[in-house]
Amino acid sequence: MKRLRTSVMAAAVAAAVATPAFATELTIAIVNNGHMINMQKVAEAYTADTGVKLNWVSLEEGVLREQVTSDTATSGGQYDIINIGMQEAPIWGAAGWIEPLNFGASYDMDDMLPAIRNGLSHNGTLYAAPFYGESSMVMYRKDLTDAAGVSIADNDSWDNIKKAAAAIHNPDKGVYGACLRGKPGWGDNMAFITTVVNSFGGAWFDKNMKPTIDSDEWKAAINFYVDLLGNYGPPGSEGNSFNEILALYNEGKCGMWIDATIAASFLKVDGVAYAQSPNAGNPVGANWLWAWAMAVPAGSPNAEESKKFIEWATSKDYIKAVAAHPDFGWGSVPTGTRSSTYAYPEFKAVAGFAAAEMAAIESAAPEATDLKPYVGVQFAAIPEFPEVGIAVAQEMAAALSGAKSVNDALAASQAAAAAIMSEAGY
Amino acid sequence: MSAVGQSTKFSTVFLPVLAWLVALVFFFPIFWMVLTSFKTDADAVKPEFLFMFTPTLENYMNMTDNYDYWRFAVNSVITTVFATVFTLFVGVPSAYAMAFNPGRHTKDILMWMLSTKMLPAAAVLYPMTFLTKNFLNLFDTHFLIILVLSLINLPIVIWMLFTYFKEIPKEIIEAAKMDGVSVWAEIKDIVLPLAWGGLASTALLCFIFCWNEAYWTVRLTTTDAATLSKLIEGNRAPEGLFFGRLSAVSTAAVGPIVVLGWFCQKQLVRGLTFGAVK
Repeated sequence: MKRLRTSVMAAAVAAAVATPAFATELTIAIVNNGHMINMQKVAEAYTADTGVKLNWVSLEEGVLREQVTSDTATSGGQYDIINIGMQEAPIWGAAGWIEPLNFGASYDMDDMLPAIRNGLSHNGTLYAAPFYGESSMVMYRKDLTDAAGVSIADNDSWDNIKKAAAAIHNPDKGVYGACLRGKPGWGDNMAFITTVVNSFGGAWFDKNMKPTIDSDEWKAAINFYVDLLGNYGPPGSEGNSFNEILALYNEGKCGMWIDATIAASFLKVDGVAYAQSPNAGNPVGANWLWAWAMAVPAGSPNAEESKKFIEWATSKDYIKAVAAHPDFGWGSVPTGTRSSTYAYPEFKAVAGFAAAEMAAIESAAPEATDLKPYVGVQFAAIPEFPEVGIAVAQEMAAALSGAKSVNDALAASQAAAAAIMSEAGY
Repeated sequence: MSAVGQSTKFSTVFLPVLAWLVALVFFFPIFWMVLTSFKTDADAVKPEFLFMFTPTLENYMNMTDNYDYWRFAVNSVITTVFATVFTLFVGVPSAYAMAFNPGRHTKDILMWMLSTKMLPAAAVLYPMTFLTKNFLNLFDTHFLIILVLSLINLPIVIWMLFTYFKEIPKEIIEAAKMDGVSVWAEIKDIVLPLAWGGLASTALLCFIFCWNEAYWTVRLTTTDAATLSKLIEGNRAPEGLFFGRLSAVSTAAVGPIVVLGWFCQKQLVRGLTFGAVK
């Protein structure tokens, strides 16, 4: 017994000696996507250089939002660094829930793509630093459009998009003209639908923040969306979002897909070409803007160390570190954040979509305008938006599946949105 | 005569075939998950590699090397074992009291306990998070997860044990009482040996429910007490098809409980068809 106790104590001492002592430990809540997973490996070098231990908590997007929101709102202090998106950053910054970010001159803030920087700022102050950004664009099979004798141009008209979809639509051969999001969710079908509405001249709210979902612009946009996807989309489109369509596309079943620019790096079929998102004859294109970014909850005891890590993880040096990492390379660098990334010839050589992606991000305008009196492109950066978006998303899916008419779905959406906004005091 | 022949054919041929078909339908998703776990992420979404593919252990290596699988697994074992023990520790005396010394409101209490299972967990998410973080300082601790798992499973455990205990003839307990046996000795020497099968199946079901619980274990932990449910949750990706990796994590998470269930299936079936339903 005595020998056993001695052995256990010796093992404990050995373990304590063998375990490196870290000056600081940072707990980081991350969304589970390729770039963040890669960061865990690349950041091993950061720990080796600085002695800062990094604890990664990887979560699915919905659960991440739930956990990070409750932790930040209650000052729970579970996380030193959190992943948030463009919907949260300006709201939380204004509420004082997250720390403002100021970095040294070498960080080169001016290199950050202006649209992304604006979308993550409040009153000109950056509250979350982007590690990857995206817009949306048309990804179509040029081999199919060529064979059908049609073409798709940058910022094409919706009418021409529909014509092209009809021309390449061949369900007997398992090819569908247009694959678009239909699965209900404010970040799923409503991300795409909102951009269509924007391009038809509509908006979520008027200048008094009253919902305008029963407007003529919404009617025209939703009728077009239901018509396009209903006639030329794959069956069961009301259950499809990014991942489902990505699988269909890589099986060769989609002639055209309008979705996040990040999708281009996952496409495995030949003959893909890219075009800027369509519009309906006004200057607003149907492209969105999104970024996943890193922020520091207000009052974090490790705020300074956290900011130092964020400065490194969103810097030009980090992009070079990913490119130089033996497991990754230029094809894996996070895109959509910095102009300098798109200037590297090595990156341009492996990313055929690079120019189209940058153009899409640069043309997106999240700022509030007379037409759209709120920040955000495919969402409104107000706390009530997720609730409104989810309610409307269900109605749009019902319209797409034929369970409701477009008019009924829009009327129900307007009523639901008005009730939510009224309850919120608008 | 011919009706008897048809009936025999129905029970000897048709029913077993139907049972096999139903079993295959239920088993297929698990088979699919295990199969996918041996494919690369790229192969996992290619229809041409449905059954014919080059198997790889890449996902499993990645899981242990990069995702700290063993930390999550150890947390699952700790929280599940202690929660099951604690639930039985509270559940056995409660069920005993209600089965052998019922009061006027015993049935109401049983119904009330069961009704707590009808409360949507999401309804108390915010108070639970706020209280455990800001007041009790218990967030992300094994103690909290053990407590929550115990409380979630206590109603079903008491109901099951109550049903088993009711099977024991009251006369035996009364005879023991007349012989001057203490309450503790009654439970230890009479009730538990007689209801041993029921106790084992209840413990097993409780263990499985604790192991599989995913709502609270995901939301009330960050790193220290995170269980395998959290590891699975963290491998779901909204943008990107990482099905090989997700399947490997899921297989490794459900593997231990499937093996346990396989060895104890007799008790499990008894628990599911006898205690829980009655």
